[in-house]
Amino acid sequence: MVENRPWLTVLSHLVLSIGVLVTALPIWITFVASTHPVEVLMSGRTPLWPGDRFIENYTTVLGSGMEAAGSVPVGMMMWNSLVMALMIAIGKIAISIIAAYAIVYFRFPLRMTCFWIIFITLMLPVEVRILPTFGVVADLGMLNSYWGLSVPLIASATATFLFRQFFLTVPEELAEAARIDGAGPLKFFRDILLPLSRTNIAALFVILFIYGWNQYLWPLLVTTDESYYTIVMGIQRMVAVPDSEPVWHEIMATSMLAMLPPVLVVVFMQRLFVKGLIEQEK
Amino acid sequence: MAGLEFIGVRKTYPNGFRAIHGVDTSVADGAFIVIVGPSGCGKSTLLRMVAGLETVTEGEIRIGGRPVNALEPADRNIAMVFQNYALYPHMSVFDNMAYGLRNRRTPRDEIERRVADASRILQLDGMLDRRPSQLSGGQRQRVAMGRAIVREPEVFLFDEPLSNLDAKLRVQMRLEIKRLQRDLGTTSLYVTHDQVEAMTLADRLIVMNAGVAEQIGSPLDVYAEPATVFVAGFIGSPAMNFLAGTPVPDGPGVVLDGSAQALPFPLPSSAPRGKVTVGIRPEHLEPVSRDAATLELAVDLVEALGADSLVHGQLAGDGQGPAVTVRVDGALRVAAGETLPLALAPERVHFFDAGNGRRLV
Ligand SMILES: Nc1ncnc2c1ncn2[C@@H]1O[C@H](COP(=O)(O)OP(=O)(O)O)[C@@H](O)[C@H]1O
Ligand SMILES: [Mg+2]
Repeated sequence: MVENRPWLTVLSHLVLSIGVLVTALPIWITFVASTHPVEVLMSGRTPLWPGDRFIENYTTVLGSGMEAAGSVPVGMMMWNSLVMALMIAIGKIAISIIAAYAIVYFRFPLRMTCFWIIFITLMLPVEVRILPTFGVVADLGMLNSYWGLSVPLIASATATFLFRQFFLTVPEELAEAARIDGAGPLKFFRDILLPLSRTNIAALFVILFIYGWNQYLWPLLVTTDESYYTIVMGIQRMVAVPDSEPVWHEIMATSMLAMLPPVLVVVFMQRLFVKGLIEQEK
Repeated sequence: MAGLEFIGVRKTYPNGFRAIHGVDTSVADGAFIVIVGPSGCGKSTLLRMVAGLETVTEGEIRIGGRPVNALEPADRNIAMVFQNYALYPHMSVFDNMAYGLRNRRTPRDEIERRVADASRILQLDGMLDRRPSQLSGGQRQRVAMGRAIVREPEVFLFDEPLSNLDAKLRVQMRLEIKRLQRDLGTTSLYVTHDQVEAMTLADRLIVMNAGVAEQIGSPLDVYAEPATVFVAGFIGSPAMNFLAGTPVPDGPGVVLDGSAQALPFPLPSSAPRGKVTVGIRPEHLEPVSRDAATLELAVDLVEALGADSLVHGQLAGDGQGPAVTVRVDGALRVAAGETLPLALAPERVHFFDAGNGRRLV
């Protein structure tokens, strides 16, 4: 669409700029706050330009943690978050691609029933089934473990559904050609379906990694052992310290660090991610 | 030894649809068989049963004398070329051709030799590293054929392999396929709905209609002596003219419906006396001088194709007779509204039972 209406251009740029500002300003303020000593932040005036404590604040946070505030080292929480997010992303992709393969390529009794049961779980995210799920996880002895953090979040249908839709667009003749070429079901999956799903897997990985990383409620519930705290819930614990002032400069540094991995994942997988969203390599 | 045999083959789909009503034929080793018929008549079904992609409900299929009903596609010693080529999009041309051989644990140097041979025959040298998406339609078609050739199968199966190509390329690839098949001498089963493809490629033609093999024979036999009205109408372009008529009770002639005059069509007196369908190919009606004419055509429309023209009109002169099409030399000047005197060699007329559509005599 080519249009030549200057005032419209100005207006749309204005709207977009406001949008960027609304999104970016809080992040900027967080960053600025993470570079000041705590006294500046407690003074009541929010600084708008970075201070001189960048290195000190971040070293403290990453290294020793905030023993003073009774909290866990950020490095460890980031590690926990990373493990959880990776387990969720990889687990979910692995399970759902296999489930979708079964549903699309095999005729077995109750096939459609299985599909609908999987589909119904779309309506049951963790928040809805949180109490029974907690009960199950507790009974299985998975509280305070990486399994407890990730398994209940792995079980859901979104990814299965997406892979099913993708498989349905793969021409049937491809499977038939592979059959004639002597590829059994596993070989077909490994040699043909999996490589063809590459971009879809990448796109899903990005989405699921961020989904897993940002989990808040569930980790809060299943972890009581500090060594399994994740960073997103950890920040909340830092703010809600009893008997003392929150250490805002360190909290802000932690927040910045918490935002980093999802950004890195998006940046590094951007090319594949966009490809997976908009085109199929036919 | 027969290359390929069908013994009472029937197919009923799981939903109860009966797609093939019994095909019985055998094909000599090295022959090029074409299955032709309108869309939905069961051509692909028959082919896919040979490939092993569909089960055979009843009857038996043999390849090289060996029953294959229970064999997996990979164990049948066949290779198939699909309409949309079904190339693996993420593999190079080389890998596309080599994939089946690797799965078969063919030694590496053997794979390389066969792929090199195939790509030389198909003029694909220098493209072995490309992906299918980097090839033109004709080249993809060649890769699909290459994938079939390197298998060195007993039977090639083609399912409308040319219908995704443009007209010019289709003619070119048709020739290439014919030449290739002749050079390799591999039994081939080729499915198409295009009767020109069928006529030009086939050593042996199977004309199918609604799950029944209406006629099996050499292309020229099928053209010269179509077994049914369906075959007569399907093979040949433009299609044969069909005229309804009744035999003269005590003579060799036939009276066309809507006309009083008995026409000198030599229906033998031994033929049943019921209603008949008279079939005349457009190319067998010849424009002649008015004295020699046995028929007259009231010209309604002329389609000039260059080399020849198609003249549409009504028979029997008065504009009331049955509509027919005549194919005349392109040099002949004829315009709508004129009357065209025509003659017809008696042995070129076909008679079919109007009831069941079968050929008489
Ligand atoms: N899997 C199937 N289940 C039921 N009916 C089918 C199936 N595949 C094809 N048919 C029907 O069988 C008939 C023949 O199909 P096909 O062999 O593909 O025809 P074509 O001659 O066009 O290749 C068609 O009427 C089609 O609708
Ligand atoms: Mg077909």
